[in-house]
Amino acid sequence: MTANPTILEMRSITKEFPGVKALSEVSIEVKAGEIHAICGENGAGKSTLMKVLSGVYPYGTYSGDIIYQGQEMRFKDIRSSEHAGIVIIHQELALIPELSITENIFLGNEPGRGGIIDWQVAKTEAIGLLARVGLSDDPDTQIKNIGVGKQQLVEIAKALNKSVKLLILDEPTAALNEADSQHLLDLIRGLKGKGVSSIMISHKLNEIEAVADSITIIRDGKTIETIDVVANGVNEDRIIQGMVGRVLENRFPEHESTVGEVFFEVRNWTVQHPLTTERLVVKNSSFTVRRGEVVGFAGLMGAGRTELAMSIFGRSYGTYLSGRVFKDGKEIQLRNVSEAIDHGIAYVSEDRKSLGLNLLDDIKRSIVSAKLSKISKGSVVDKVAEHTVAERFRTSLRIKTPTVDEGVNKLSGGNQQKVVLAKWMFTDPDLLILDEPTRGIDVGAKTEIYGIIRDLAAQGKGIIMISSELPELLGVSDRIYTIFEGTITADLPSAEADPETLMKNMTSKRAVSR
Amino acid sequence: MSTTTQQKRSGGLRELGKMFGGGQSSGRQVGILGALVVIVVIFQIATGGLTLDPTNLINLVNQNAYVLILAIGMVMVIIAGHIDLSVGSVAAFTGIIVATSMNSWNLPWPLAILLGLVIGALIGAWQGWWVAYVGVPAFIVTLAGMLIFRGGNQFIGNSATVPVPDAFTIIGGGFLPDFGPDIGYSNPTLLLGLAVAVVIVIQEIRVRRTQTRMGSEKAPLWVSIVKIVILLGIVVYATLLFAGGRIGTSFPVSGIILGVLVLVYSFVTRNTTFGRHIYAVGGNWHAAELSGVKTKRINFFVMMNMSVLASLAGMIAVARSVASGPGDGVGWELDAIAAVFIGGAAVSGGIGTIVGSIVGGLVIAVLNNGLQLLGVGVDRVQIIKGLVLLLAVGIDVYSKRQGRPTLRGLLRRNRKNPSPGDQNAVPIERPSVAPTGSAEETSRSQSTTPN
Ligand SMILES: Nc1ncnc2c1ncn2[C@@H]1O[C@H](COP(=O)(O)OP(=O)(O)OP(=O)(O)O)[C@@H](O)[C@H]1O
Ligand SMILES: [Mg+2]
Repeated sequence: MTANPTILEMRSITKEFPGVKALSEVSIEVKAGEIHAICGENGAGKSTLMKVLSGVYPYGTYSGDIIYQGQEMRFKDIRSSEHAGIVIIHQELALIPELSITENIFLGNEPGRGGIIDWQVAKTEAIGLLARVGLSDDPDTQIKNIGVGKQQLVEIAKALNKSVKLLILDEPTAALNEADSQHLLDLIRGLKGKGVSSIMISHKLNEIEAVADSITIIRDGKTIETIDVVANGVNEDRIIQGMVGRVLENRFPEHESTVGEVFFEVRNWTVQHPLTTERLVVKNSSFTVRRGEVVGFAGLMGAGRTELAMSIFGRSYGTYLSGRVFKDGKEIQLRNVSEAIDHGIAYVSEDRKSLGLNLLDDIKRSIVSAKLSKISKGSVVDKVAEHTVAERFRTSLRIKTPTVDEGVNKLSGGNQQKVVLAKWMFTDPDLLILDEPTRGIDVGAKTEIYGIIRDLAAQGKGIIMISSELPELLGVSDRIYTIFEGTITADLPSAEADPETLMKNMTSKRAVSR
Repeated sequence: MSTTTQQKRSGGLRELGKMFGGGQSSGRQVGILGALVVIVVIFQIATGGLTLDPTNLINLVNQNAYVLILAIGMVMVIIAGHIDLSVGSVAAFTGIIVATSMNSWNLPWPLAILLGLVIGALIGAWQGWWVAYVGVPAFIVTLAGMLIFRGGNQFIGNSATVPVPDAFTIIGGGFLPDFGPDIGYSNPTLLLGLAVAVVIVIQEIRVRRTQTRMGSEKAPLWVSIVKIVILLGIVVYATLLFAGGRIGTSFPVSGIILGVLVLVYSFVTRNTTFGRHIYAVGGNWHAAELSGVKTKRINFFVMMNMSVLASLAGMIAVARSVASGPGDGVGWELDAIAAVFIGGAAVSGGIGTIVGSIVGGLVIAVLNNGLQLLGVGVDRVQIIKGLVLLLAVGIDVYSKRQGRPTLRGLLRRNRKNPSPGDQNAVPIERPSVAPTGSAEETSRSQSTTPN
């Protein structure tokens, strides 16, 4: 292999926020035509580094140099970095759901003359761009009508339209299922062949192992090392060691299950799509949870797992048609969220930004927000208690922040997730429903969260864990239900399950007989 | 990534900032308070001392108490992500009924006030129902209300003016009865000032005690002392000014009503579950719903509360002008909304404070008053007010979008530590400068309306 020229060099980047030094003297070098992965724990500074690179934090708000294609760059905003061919795709997609694929791809960049858009040209070009990312959808389809996986690809098509030379992907596969992730990774590999370099941030180390040509590891805002994968190879343990500074013994906690009797039961649950009345999202589903049991819900993206959970949690999704819920042998009514909370049910959403948190709020207020009554006298909030509670969770969940008075918008993604978890642990639920609880969370913190889940189970609580990561389901659950198109297709003790069996049941219509 | 020394150094000032409401928006409020001081000083000089003259100050309070009362309700509406355009009409509608009730039906004035508040509650329930339970955007509901209640006022009053009895006027233009020895100052005002001073000291001691109990690092003692000294200084100065007016005058009754309301509502928004829920609904309606907040109920009560306060404001205005007329309250909604936004509230909801809005309202009030004293015509006053509103909010928005410190923030920050990239008020994860940036703002404000 010929020595590739360097396309990007970031030299001793230092970036401070009030009270926090997010990056200190971080350097990174990306060669032309490579896939460069950035790994690090939550809050290590990965996203911040990429925001510096893409002009979100403009020149002058950080110190250090950005050398790109041999020139020093001083980006003043995202536009100027895009102009240079650096395009960032944030983890939260920036597409407009109501607009069509074409309109989204060309948003802010519309072809035409004198402000009059030439839709014919736009559409033809859109078809070409879509083909390059392996999509054959009608470019007139509204974004909200295609899945997240495809949306991610549209983002890339949009980047291609801006003649991207360096593509930055911040946790691109966090919300994708196996197949979509695979497709996306193949695409990035393909782009590499066409001369587009990529920087990719991900907590899914297996993906990094599979696609990265080199890996830079960041810990506590400092560069720890760069691993040349092409020359030396790499494995997950090696990356983890760099990230956490030690060898991680067990990724899944050793546990002895102390499963008690059934205390929560759902019978014949059927839910309609909120808009399309003829569509059933959950069909006649029944399941049970025992005390001290972690129950996994496996299914493909869109199988109806989230919909099932949310519709039980106070009918917060879709239209309830039929079904009954029993707790401790008695039928209970869960007509709205506060009834659900009062019955000791908690639901940690998969979408922390839009459903889990008020990003304008601070950490302590977020943590207590689902059960204010617990720290209030009459209806006056006891701020001392609030602070004490928040501090307790900050320590026990190791939320990385200078103080609990900090706004949650200033936390890194993983730490926000911990705040959401704290918020629901604070309600002291009997049944905790976790929807993709480790999305966007680093390996170390994942292990911590698995530990917390098992601890809660050991205290006799019931846990439902929805996850798209089969190893984690198998490693943490006692029992796993598989769901396919709104129907529960299997109920397997995890000791007897393996990824193949799960996959088979997640993709087949055969209903469970039990 | 530990707490750096910066944190500690700025801690004191941050604590001082908390005087004005705390939370994420305190910085902006310190800024706007600074702006108020600057404006007062400028006018004081320009008018040759007329601005801070006792008679003028008393006038200022009397003239603006009702708009400030509206601002209290309005900021809560705006925090929850709505708007209320009907307040002026509601005020006028209540005003005419209350005036008629005393004038034609000989209702005693305390009962008439009660009646006014009940009418406000009914109107509020009506509008709140449409907003919260039917899901019509507040903009539309209150635009309709603006027409309905303006028409109602003119229908009931036959488009004529209805006078009110003397006893009633105390809530608008009245003063505290004087007592005790004549020392050249109004004794009740002095007492009031003393009471306020005592409350300030006690409050500060309580805050420090709370901090100790929390075990959090306390603000250094000097901060508390500086804070108390500044506040007491202001109180003493203001007390002497207000007490030194013409014989028979004192701090106005309408000002006292306003003061009590500010205290009560500040407490409600900051320390009660209801207050928390308002912020939660405005900040992220969906997340609030999923946290068990009864969002509809919150929206209902916020709208209802606004109409009650609008009715109160209407009665105070009627009492001040000794009559209720068809043109009462025209344009009040705009003054109240301007006060709230100058005071640092976010158009998209979720951010804002009572105290900030009051300061914002005072900025407008002092501007109005000072320009009048200088003999500037109403036409130009309007132009200036419009520009001030645009400037104040423009600076905020600009600083947010570019990730640059605000002008007001700059003034503040240069004194402590220059940290150019401070993005205080922006949710960091959004691609803030992407071409879709402006669409975000609008879409968020829509999403706060229930469906
Ligand atoms: N606007 C901000 N204000 C204050 N602190 C911030 C801000 N943005 C980020 N930080 C802090 O900077 C540090 C790095 O955050 P960053 O988002 O870069 O982490 P990350 O490596 O991307 O983590 P994750 O894997 O969880 O996404 C964190 O401690 C975070 O709290
Ligand atoms: Mg990140």
